[in-house]
Amino acid sequence: MTTEILELTAAEAATAVRDGQLDAGELFEAYRERAAADTLNAFTWVAQAAPASPRAAGAVGSLSGVPLAVKDLFCTEGVPSQAGSRILKGYRPPYTATVVQKLLDAGAPLLGKTNQDEFAMGSSNENSGYGPVLNPWDTARVPGGSSGGSAAAVAAGLAPWAIGTDTGGSIRQPAALCGIVGLKPTYGACSRYGMIAFASSLDQAGPLTRDVTDCALLLRHMVGQDHRDSTSIAFPEEIRLPERGDLKGVRLGVPEELVGAEGGVEPGVRKSFDATLALAESLGASVEPCRLPHAPHALSAYYLIAPAEASANLARFDGVRYGLREDGAADLTTMYTRTRASGFGPEVKRRIMLGTYALSSGYYDAYYGTALKVRTKIAEDFRAAFTEFDFVVTPTSPWVAFELGAKLDDPLAMYLNDFCTVPMPLAGIPAISIPSGLSDGLPVGFQLAGPAFSENRLLEAAHALEQAIGFDGSRARGGAA
Amino acid sequence: MLEREQVQHVARLARLELSEEELVRMAGELSKVLDHIEKIRELDLDDVEPTAHVIDVVNALRADRPEPSLPREVALAAAPEPVAGGFGVPTPGASAEAQ
Repeated sequence: MTTEILELTAAEAATAVRDGQLDAGELFEAYRERAAADTLNAFTWVAQAAPASPRAAGAVGSLSGVPLAVKDLFCTEGVPSQAGSRILKGYRPPYTATVVQKLLDAGAPLLGKTNQDEFAMGSSNENSGYGPVLNPWDTARVPGGSSGGSAAAVAAGLAPWAIGTDTGGSIRQPAALCGIVGLKPTYGACSRYGMIAFASSLDQAGPLTRDVTDCALLLRHMVGQDHRDSTSIAFPEEIRLPERGDLKGVRLGVPEELVGAEGGVEPGVRKSFDATLALAESLGASVEPCRLPHAPHALSAYYLIAPAEASANLARFDGVRYGLREDGAADLTTMYTRTRASGFGPEVKRRIMLGTYALSSGYYDAYYGTALKVRTKIAEDFRAAFTEFDFVVTPTSPWVAFELGAKLDDPLAMYLNDFCTVPMPLAGIPAISIPSGLSDGLPVGFQLAGPAFSENRLLEAAHALEQAIGFDGSRARGGAA
Repeated sequence: MLEREQVQHVARLARLELSEEELVRMAGELSKVLDHIEKIRELDLDDVEPTAHVIDVVNALRADRPEPSLPREVALAAAPEPVAGGFGVPTPGASAEAQ
């Protein structure tokens, strides 16, 4: 029975429960057992048992009790929420993030918390304070990051679906490297309340799922205005389940600045990307080059803006109200500096330093101020592109999953992972990654980006492509647990 | 190239204690990243308005009414040193002033 449950998508499982063909408790236990036996280090905490009350178990609610894996940085009341950092070791928040609460209320009980790069800073999950996550396609390789635990858990069938956060690619890139679907919504579509902040003007929550239909179903229950997050906006329409099977009349733009950059996209990824474009054309889409002249500078702008915001956001970890404190300091400042020195990992320290430098007196205009202007140009580039095209498409990641440790000693090489994914959050627009095939036996991601609030159209187009591609992710679910 | 002293100054602003080894490594790593980032300063951005936020939301304020908040003991539950209903810290002391 467990094998049969495992082969159901989350949406299919929800239907089976609703139709009385599958017991919600049995469904939860099947995944709980797999999550508890996790050998990928994808989970940092797994529920002990199914929730006792029918409401908490999802017996009422349209998600029908399909269990949910949640990235560690979402605060969940009474459950460890450590954001992948030793400075929050053992922290159990007194409240639950809005997005998580909405999904619990809709009938998706909490299965577990997933491992991540510390404070979402990383593209390989090697920056976790709780050890790296392994890629279920090849356990010698990284799952991507920062939502690597969520991506690996869904790919390996340790969870039916999961949520993560994306600041510069942290949902889309691990989804690509693990062969699943990941969507970063329009900025403001989902409440950030209760998400432990990295870069507040970029952070967005989003789904990581086995297919596009699951992605739409989960997103439907995540969006919405929240009085606790003043940057959240009411989504203008309901998120629909996609049905489209063709791309007639859809205009796809391929930005040469990202796709053709020298030393960028590796040949196997390019091959899968080109094959997907050909498939899109056969479904009725037009494919033409488009211009995003400032996109090559997005990475630089991002690595100023995000660390600058992070350096301010992470000031709260000071050993006073929660988390780690280094005892024995004679005065307050020494307590701060020692606590932060011992609680933060190397990448977090690097970004705090970079951000503090970019904001410091004498450098503010040259670095942070310039980056904000580049951000304006990037948003203008996209607006111009969307007058001629419905979507801009790129490979999600320039390369497939790399080996653990391969880029760890070179921060700049690690940052290049985000080359194709950072322009979208800088412009606040939504983007989805779907698996487009394999290169050397490892998944390749195909990214579609659209204008703000175009999620329904994005999901429809991604669904049509998904049907035509027919990606088979079952191998990753085979030997993992 | 960032000097060790600059790195130390930034570390002090960021309230981070860095070892001698970390200071040296950080100077090299940050310099390399900044060299890459420098390229954006070649762009002509004179008449461009900065974008701090991508969405058009202004003063999203709720009504100024008292609402229930966390009970004090809950808010203090995770504190390393709760003292008399508040958060205890070491003395600000003289050495902080010296910095």
